[in-house]
Parts: sequence; C-alpha cells; structure tokens
Amino acid sequence: MSAVTGGGAAAPVPPTVDPEAPRSQPVRGRETWGSRITGFLSKGVVSVVLALVAVFWLVPTFGLFIASLRSAQDNTASGWWNALTTPAQLTIQNYRDLLANEGMVNAFFNTVWITVPATLLVVVLASLASYAFAWMDFPGKDWLFIVIVGLLVVPVQVALIPVAGLFGDLGIYGSRISVILFHVAFGLPFAVFLLRNFFAGIPKELLEAARMDGAGEWRIFRSVVMPLGLPAIASLGIFQFLWVWNDMLVALVFADSSAAPLTVALQSQARQFGSNIDVLATGAFLSLVVPLVVFFSFQRYFEQGVLAGSVK
Amino acid sequence: MTEARPGGGAPPARAAARAREGRWLAWLFLAPAGLVLLALVLWPIVYSIWRSLFDRSGQAFIGLGNYQRIFTDPDTFTALKNNLIWVLVAPALVTVLGLIFAVLTERVRWGTAFKLIVFMPMAISFLAAGIIFRVVYDQDPAKGVANAIITSVHDVFSSSSQYPGARPRDADAMPATDAGGFASVETIQPGSTILLPLVGVEAGTLPDEPQAAQPPAEAAGDQVTGTVWFDFTRGGGGVPGEIDDTEFALPGVTVQAVQDGEVVAEATTDDQGLFVLEGLDPGDVQITLPAGNFAQPFRGVSWLGPSLVTPAIIGAYVWMWAGFAMVLIGAGLAAIPRDALEAARIDGANEWQVFRHITVPLLAPVLTVVLVTMIINVLKIFDLVYIIAPGSSAQAANVIAVQMWAVSFGGAQDFGLGSALGVFLFLLVLPAMLFNIRRFRQEQQ
Repeated sequence: MSAVTGGGAAAPVPPTVDPEAPRSQPVRGRETWGSRITGFLSKGVVSVVLALVAVFWLVPTFGLFIASLRSAQDNTASGWWNALTTPAQLTIQNYRDLLANEGMVNAFFNTVWITVPATLLVVVLASLASYAFAWMDFPGKDWLFIVIVGLLVVPVQVALIPVAGLFGDLGIYGSRISVILFHVAFGLPFAVFLLRNFFAGIPKELLEAARMDGAGEWRIFRSVVMPLGLPAIASLGIFQFLWVWNDMLVALVFADSSAAPLTVALQSQARQFGSNIDVLATGAFLSLVVPLVVFFSFQRYFEQGVLAGSVK
Repeated sequence: MTEARPGGGAPPARAAARAREGRWLAWLFLAPAGLVLLALVLWPIVYSIWRSLFDRSGQAFIGLGNYQRIFTDPDTFTALKNNLIWVLVAPALVTVLGLIFAVLTERVRWGTAFKLIVFMPMAISFLAAGIIFRVVYDQDPAKGVANAIITSVHDVFSSSSQYPGARPRDADAMPATDAGGFASVETIQPGSTILLPLVGVEAGTLPDEPQAAQPPAEAAGDQVTGTVWFDFTRGGGGVPGEIDDTEFALPGVTVQAVQDGEVVAEATTDDQGLFVLEGLDPGDVQITLPAGNFAQPFRGVSWLGPSLVTPAIIGAYVWMWAGFAMVLIGAGLAAIPRDALEAARIDGANEWQVFRHITVPLLAPVLTVVLVTMIINVLKIFDLVYIIAPGSSAQAANVIAVQMWAVSFGGAQDFGLGSALGVFLFLLVLPAMLFNIRRFRQEQQ
C-alpha cells in the first residue's frame, strides 16, 4: 500500500489492519449531528454532490481547451464561455500557428528527446540494480537498500548547484544530455524501490528452476525476471515518463534555449501572461495531450505506480 | 568477503568460488545505477552542505552566515512563512478531500468515472495546471471563471449600482450618511419640488443616449417632485445647481422620502431625471439618496493579489492532488474487511458511526502515508508558484524552492545562499525520510 511497504506495483499490499481497532459502540436511538448528516446523505444527494465536484474538476481544463480554440482578440475581450453561445469563435488557427512556430515545435521535440532516453535509462539501470537487490547476495545489501529508501525524498534543490558545476566541468551543461542524466539520477531511487519490491515477490522456485537448468544470473535476469516483472516495469516507465515530460525545474536549470523542452519554452511565454494567451493555452494543451493519452491508455499501471511509490 | 564459511573440503570451496563470482556479478549489476546515484545525488548533497558554508562566490568561509540570512532576509523569510502555510493547509486539505471522495465514490454507480475525472489532473504538469489556473483566477469577471461565478452570484443578491462615486453638488446641504448614501440637511414640506444636482459621475455610467434634464413638474399636496441630473456642462459654462440646457438627466437613481426617521416613499428617476414621491403625510420630509446608488460595483475577488495569492495557488494544488489521495485512500478502503463494517451495522451503528469509529481508524496508516507524502511534496513546491503568481504578487507568494532557484539561477548567482536553501529543504524532509526508513524496516521484519 504505502510507498515503503513491500508488495510491488502490480499487487499493492493492503494497509495493515489493526485487529484492536476500536469497535464502535453505537447507542440505539441517540441521534448525533453526524448521524443526521449521514442519514441525509442518501444516494441521490451523494450523486448530486459528486456531479458538482466533477464539474468543478473538469471546468478549468475544459476552459483552457476552449480558450486554445479562440483567437487572441476574442480571449482578451471576453471569457472562454462566450464561445459556447457563439461557436463561430472557435478556430484551429492557434494550433496552425503553433505548429508553424519553429521555437515551439523544437521545444516539443526536445521534450520527446529528453523524456524517452531518460525513461529508458531509468528502466534499464533500475532493473539491473533491483535484480541484484532482490536475488543476489552481496555485503551491505540491506544497508544499501535503506540508503535507496532514504534517497526517495531527497529534494532536487540540494543537488542543482553541485551538478550544474559538474556538468559545466564536463562541458555538457546546457545540453539535453545534462537534463537526461539529472532525471535519471533522481528517478533511480523510486525506480529501484519499486522494481526491487516487485522482483522480490517473484516465486523463488522459478528462479531456482532456471538455475538448475544451468542458467547464469544474466540469463535468469533477462529471461525470467524481466518478463515476469513487466507490469511493474510498465508502471515505472509511465511514472518516469510523466515525471520527466512534466518537469520544468530541472530543464529550467540545465537546458539552454536550444535544448529547452516545452515546459521551459512555455514558462518564458507566461512572463507576459494575458497578451499571448493564444500561444500559452495552445502550447499548454500540446504539452497536456501526451500525458493525458498515456494516462488514459495505461491508467491501471499509472494507478499502481502511484500506489506503490507514494513518497516521491 | 571474509565471513566464515561452514565446513571445508572441495564442494564448499567450489560454492565459495561461486559465491565470490556471484558477488562480483552483483556489483556489476549495481554499478551503473550506483555510480549515477553517487555522482549526481550523494556527492552533491555533501558538496551542497560544504558549499553552503561559503559566500556568494565560494571564496570566503562564512560558517553559518548563509543560514542566518535565510531567517533574516525579508524575501527568504516570506518564503519560510509561506512554506509553513503550505505545509499546514495543503496536505490536510488534500487528505480530507481524498477521504471524502473515496468514501462517497463507493456509493454511486459511476464512481469509476468520477475517480478518473478527479485523478486526471495528476497526469498533467504543474506548468499546464498553472496556466489553467491563471485563466481561472483572471481578475476580470468577464474573463476569469472564478470571478465570473462569484460576481454573478453576488449580483443576484445585491443589484449593482448605477453611479459609483457620484455625489451631490453641495456637500453641505446634502452630506454623506454613515451608510454611504446622502441625506438633505433641511427638510421640505409635501407639495414642494427639489433639485438634486450630482457631480462626479463617471462618463461610462451615463446612458448610451443621455437625455437633457427637465425641471420637475408641479407637486400635488401629498407629493414631492424633483430632478436628479448631472450638474456639469461639457466644455464649461452653466450655473452650478441649475438645470442648464446641455446637462444630462440621470435615470435610475433611487430617491427616498424620510418622515420621522422612517422611509415613507421611494421613487426612481425616469429618463428625464424626474421623480415623484407620493402618498406623503403633511409634515417635515427629508430627502435621501440611498447608498445603493453609489456603491462601487463588485469586481470579484483579487485572487492573485498579494493577500490571496498563496491560498489561490493552494487551491490549484488541491485540484491537482486530491485525486492522488483519493486513489490511495480508495485502495485502503477496498482492503478493509467488509464484515467488520457489517458487524457494526448489525450492532445498530449508523453510517456516521461506522465511518468515524471503524473506517477512519482502519485507514489511519494510509492517511498517514498520504499526509507525509503530501508534506514532502508541498515542501518542494516550485512550478505552480512560479507560474501562477503574477510579477506583482511574486514576492508575496514566494516559497523556499522558488527562492532557491531565484538566488542561484534566476540572476543573483549566489550559490552560497542557494546551497544553504537547498540544504535547508533537505533538512526539512529529513523527518519524512526517517519516517519512511522506519516504516520500511518494520515491514521487513
């Protein structure tokens, strides 16, 4: 269940249930204000309340979407909801402009070229390390894993300045590689934590059977653990993908303007908020669409990743 | 590598060799991740602590001077204060909302769809959420949906005034009342007429096609008639207090007649600025212009102004993360043994008692994890504040992570103070780190 419990991504362990948990001692006929409230909360009321909440949750994103379909003049003159009564305002011109905007298109591809390698690298490095933590024997194993658990919550702020200096010395400061490396480093503790817990849950017999067949560690890793660990790897991949795709701070520090991803390109636009809402709303939507597609396609894995690693 | 091995002879020796080989292999599996973590996470933590003891340029050792600055510098101090507000408010709010949503979704058939809707913002970036909420919080009620809703709700309960800021020409004859309106000093008798010249009328509040003001008609015995107009002749000229040819009438002004301290009649001026107060008893009449005519229109809440900017950003944060809490707590709920709840219900407990005395205590471990996760998350909050707070409120909305970025990379290049702020954040999450480690070790046993 919790981040730090065992159980892996695909099989979140239920929270520990305390058998001594206080049983209620209800008194018949005694009406408290609380009981009256719950009594009132019949199904219909609950439905209405939840429907209102759902609208409340949808309207902001929907508003931005409509705003991205209106011209800059319309947006500076009136609110997006005016387009609901005058649909003639809707246009895809903003998106055309955005796709013709070299800076934004470049930024979009920077996002892709940062996110994909950073995700793959984390998956590969973490799988290797997690296998060692789960199934191999080496001195200091428990302590090293506790270090990993500790690193889960380290704020990036404590590393930005030294790593910037290091990358400067290596001559990669400002490049996409520097952003990728930093993301890999800060994605690893969570990744190792998640995968190790899942790998450890693979039945021992399967590994032993492979060993009997004379398979070495590398082969067991590749042909037994990796295929069986796929659900956890999927969770991790999605999580890391979204984390890197959505990041702004790391890229803001490490990427120069030619390597800047969409988030950084958009934040510089946000400085003059209002006059350029057409670029901002459209760009924000462009950066939103990929995570949303990932979210809806792999929602189950995403949820499992959240459940398994809630401390990040 | 030197621990004692049981027994001796050939097979153990081979086993030992295999174990040695296995260890060597284990290090090989660990090496790539280990090196990256060592170089880009562990070493930087140590270096940051060291660097935080030096000044801006790194030349002079200043001990804890940078840490002293964190607490004395007004900018950083605002950041500390705001982070405290964040930590106290946001995690609790997210957890409570998540709990409510998780419990309620179990009671409706479309719970899955609801979960998806509330969970969705978690997939998008803080940046996109920031832009979304900049639009929501737009000050102009014509553009920002938050103020659009608030002003329209407000206008349902109190109609907006016609002439904000307008006032009588002669402040001595008709001074302002405590309530914000105006009342005549001298009283008149029914059957007389009165002129009520106003000045300070904003041009935009006049009707689209203003009409010339007309002098009032003769009043009957139980009436007071009069004119309210804009006593201002464009381009100069005109006599103050008299209706000149080119002066415009002010329609829609409410005029009241007060006798013995009570409002006995009320009228609204027509297009020519004329009004008739009727049904008056003989006796002294005081003429008043109530405050409703002159109140400034309600322009909505200044969400992103310095005083509300932090609560407003917390609102956006809750929007993003309530789904996270809901999903975690929902999974916890699903794991609660149903028979425990059923048993309580059979014992006669109502839903509230079941929730309060069974569900919540059983969920306590999950609620703690959500709360701790949110506290860690909130301590590092950066993007949302950076994007939503407009320049004018940036100081008021400042948080540690934004300040850390600003002093180190946002122009000041003060790596000493920046390192100190980074280390300070690290120290703040340390209790959470220990909490996690303790939990982890407990689970291992």
